[in-house]
Amino acid sequence: MSTKNWPLWEVFVRSKNGLEHRHFGSLHAADAEMALENARDVYTRRNEGVSIWVVESKHITASNPEHNGELFEPAQDKVYRHPTFYNLPDEIKHM
Amino acid sequence: MSEEQIKNLEEQFEARILRDDKIEPKDWMPEKYRQTHIRQISQHAHSEIVGMLPEGNWITRAPSLRRKVALLAKVQDEGGHGLYLYSAAETLGISRDEMFEQLHTGKAKYSSIFNYPALTWADMGAIGWLVDGAAIINQVALCGTSYGPYARAMVRICKEESFHQRQGYEIMLKLSQGTQEQRDMAQDALNRFWWPALMMFGPKDEDSPHTAQSMKWKLKRKTNDDLRQQFIDQTVPQAELIGLTVPDPDLKWNEERQSYDFGEIDWDEFWQVVKGHGPCNKERMDARVNAWEGGAWVRDAAMAYADKKQERKAKQAI
Ligand SMILES: [Fe+2]
Ligand SMILES: [Fe+2]
Ligand SMILES: [Fe+2]
Repeated sequence: MSTKNWPLWEVFVRSKNGLEHRHFGSLHAADAEMALENARDVYTRRNEGVSIWVVESKHITASNPEHNGELFEPAQDKVYRHPTFYNLPDEIKHM
Repeated sequence: MSEEQIKNLEEQFEARILRDDKIEPKDWMPEKYRQTHIRQISQHAHSEIVGMLPEGNWITRAPSLRRKVALLAKVQDEGGHGLYLYSAAETLGISRDEMFEQLHTGKAKYSSIFNYPALTWADMGAIGWLVDGAAIINQVALCGTSYGPYARAMVRICKEESFHQRQGYEIMLKLSQGTQEQRDMAQDALNRFWWPALMMFGPKDEDSPHTAQSMKWKLKRKTNDDLRQQFIDQTVPQAELIGLTVPDPDLKWNEERQSYDFGEIDWDEFWQVVKGHGPCNKERMDARVNAWEGGAWVRDAAMAYADKKQERKAKQAI
């Protein structure tokens, strides 16, 4: 008997053409093909999707929440990236 | 596949588009659909990054910190737009390198508007107001296009574009409230950018042979002439509001059509610029190629560093 564990896979499902794949959850499977089959059984039993992606979890590099400050805070004071920053007359249309 | 089978697939494909179904990268698609989309999406991507050049030139010369951060943020956005679009084109099986190659050798086109020079600070206003304004009209129409990755990129881009036009118009507004010299500068920028902006919508419908096919694939949702008219109708009142005059003696409100009549566009000029003889075609391409070649060592160094890290990790694992 093999003592090797089945790796973990992340499952992404496109619910409808035109929409992006969204993360649905994860599962264990021996290989990619099996992960795809299992994902179909686990996550799309009620027509939730038209396309599935599986990615072995270890291949996902995630940002560290402890670094959120340095990563995301700098965007907070960049108000000039938003349309409301600009002072235009009220009469202006289509802008 | 037999001809019969292909014909069948084509019919199903057209039916899908007709019922507003989106096409995704792994779906079967006619070769011509694939090629047309590669061409249009990559040219759109090229326009975003070549479009960074005329404005990039003015970042260090912006008249205040407020103007500088706004322009910097806008040019940065355009780089991002290029990235979204190149990535969308890559889903159709063309590589980033191939697309750059096509741009740098002149095989691929980009929007002609960027072959005009940005001579004064007022041009930053005119470009944001008119060029981004025209681009937004085109791009809003494209949010409903049939190819999923392109449509999604467009939605994201349109959201980001809205400040571009407003920052441009704000520049024009301020100049038009300024000294005579500043007002003249704003008017001069409008004079130079008005007609090229109208040309951004492409040739007249009757001279646009691909329009029918593009409409069928929803790669175009409105014709060139319709979009151009929409732009004029929206923009003329905006010019009036800040006391600027649109440089077209034939421009006149048509009560019956509830729309502006306008003068003849100089299509000779349009084709000259498209064919590479605009005032800045050579300068823009030189700048692009220089940036690409000058940046080669950075790309190489990043790759070498990544390889080295990988090696170190492998060694540690032993
Ligand atoms: Fe654009
Ligand atoms: Fe853009
Ligand atoms: Fe823009």
